[in-house]
Amino acid sequence: MLNGISINYYILLSAVLFIIGAVGVMARRNSIIIFMCIELMLNAVNLMLVSFSTLHNDAKGQVFVFFIMAVAAAEVAVGLAILSMIYRNIKNIDTDLLSNLKN
Amino acid sequence: MKGLLIVSGLGILAMMAEIFKFKKLLFPLVLLGILGAYVANFMEWNSGFSIAVFDNMIAFDKVALAFSGVILATAFFWFIMANDYFEDMPTVVDHFSLVLFALTGALMLTAFKNMTTLFLGIEIMSIPLYVLAASKKKDVKSNEAGFKYLIMGSFASGFLLFGIALVYGATGSFDLMEIRAKISEMGSGMPSFFYAGIIMMLIAMLFKVSAAPFHFWAPDVYQGSPTVITALMSTVVKTAAFAAILRLFMIAFGGVSESWSMVLASVIALSLVIANFSAAVQTNVKRTLAFSSISHAAFMLMVVLANLRSNATLDALLYYSLAYSIGSIAAFGIIYNVTKNGDETFDSFNGLGKRNPLMAACMVVAMLSLAGIPITAGFFAKYFVFTTMIGTGYKWLLILAILTSAVGVYYYFKVIIAMYFKQATTEEPVTIELSQKVVMILTTLFTLALGAVPGFVAEMFKF
Repeated sequence: MLNGISINYYILLSAVLFIIGAVGVMARRNSIIIFMCIELMLNAVNLMLVSFSTLHNDAKGQVFVFFIMAVAAAEVAVGLAILSMIYRNIKNIDTDLLSNLKN
Repeated sequence: MKGLLIVSGLGILAMMAEIFKFKKLLFPLVLLGILGAYVANFMEWNSGFSIAVFDNMIAFDKVALAFSGVILATAFFWFIMANDYFEDMPTVVDHFSLVLFALTGALMLTAFKNMTTLFLGIEIMSIPLYVLAASKKKDVKSNEAGFKYLIMGSFASGFLLFGIALVYGATGSFDLMEIRAKISEMGSGMPSFFYAGIIMMLIAMLFKVSAAPFHFWAPDVYQGSPTVITALMSTVVKTAAFAAILRLFMIAFGGVSESWSMVLASVIALSLVIANFSAAVQTNVKRTLAFSSISHAAFMLMVVLANLRSNATLDALLYYSLAYSIGSIAAFGIIYNVTKNGDETFDSFNGLGKRNPLMAACMVVAMLSLAGIPITAGFFAKYFVFTTMIGTGYKWLLILAILTSAVGVYYYFKVIIAMYFKQATTEEPVTIELSQKVVMILTTLFTLALGAVPGFVAEMFKF
């Protein structure tokens, strides 16, 4: 129990957020939205880590959240750089147009 | 441990090279550094006691040092091979430091003892590779490869983190040994989301090693990336990812192997079938090798499956990754030279037997080794994997592996047939740099040597 709410609801909320993010990555076609969905997945994990951390009375989970935030920032920086490079070459960021690699 | 420090130091040094103007010296310095890291690594291995640092988050025990040795040896050959590609670039310094940082992540993955270092190792290894995959700025194919790699990589990281969070929720710890202790203490009393966490981590790791059905990104990324970067991805990264899987599932989740071994077995079966049959219909050489690397991943996963609780058969995995890495470096080095004009189909190999006999001969050895034909290293690698599987309950996988290997022989021989029996449009000889010749001959000799004394090498890797 956390603040009178069962831990299962915290797990459920993060799982729902995570699934929304995962479905978004697979279904959306705009690259920026895909990045947002990946962030959503990672933040769902952060939420769950923080709630477990409070449940266990253990700060390790919250420290882990900092690692995730830092790495996610690095990942998005690289991602946006690649995206701006793509935009320069094909003047578009629709993922449907990125299908030059095939047999 | 010293290997990790030397390699990360080299990465920082490489970034300095631009400022302090020793760009020309960088390549020999990096080669010497990698060699030094290898020697330091070997000395630690010989001294025989393990080093644990950062509150036991990284522990270089014998297994970790053996995998580091394989990775560093591969990296050494890779640098000699790739220098030709980077030499003339104005950004050679950035490329070298990115590769060295990816290598740092790979070494970290061999030695993690905590979920934090697992996650950081994977990201330190992957993020430079996303940049490297997209490093041909004007080439849309390379951009696309980098973008796909990034999306799939961070998607997989999301799964890994979700799995880590669930396992943390159930056990209250990120430490592999503590998780193991908790599992044996609780027995079957673990909450059900703990098992969901294990499966999600397994899926994430299978994404990273590109096992079917999580392999769909691999052919595209391998095809679009610069060839030398493809070589790095299919050797160093693969070995590191396998070291990580082995460590994670053997140490932390060995006690609940029945919950994930069936998933792993079906993934292996799928990978073997899909990879070998898809590879047979490809016309692009790099795509073919991508599918071939998926089937090799399946073989290496078999060792993990056979190794549920003990590390009795680790020598099979180490020997396999060494044989496969060295063979791949040779093959990709030759592909890099042959496809310099942009043609990446099998036709680019036509008549190579006449145009450059030495290169063709080296390619034959590499292909035979990857296909697993006797007297090369690849044959004994497969043989060791098969022997580890005999004692387990997965004999059907063994039969499937042998049958699909036969299909594999077909597409490896397509290259050999093109080289010796097809007419090229031009008769002019293919010339290559001296460094390319050196790495080609060295890797070929290494492959033959590994095949000549397989017992000796395997004996070295017994723990």
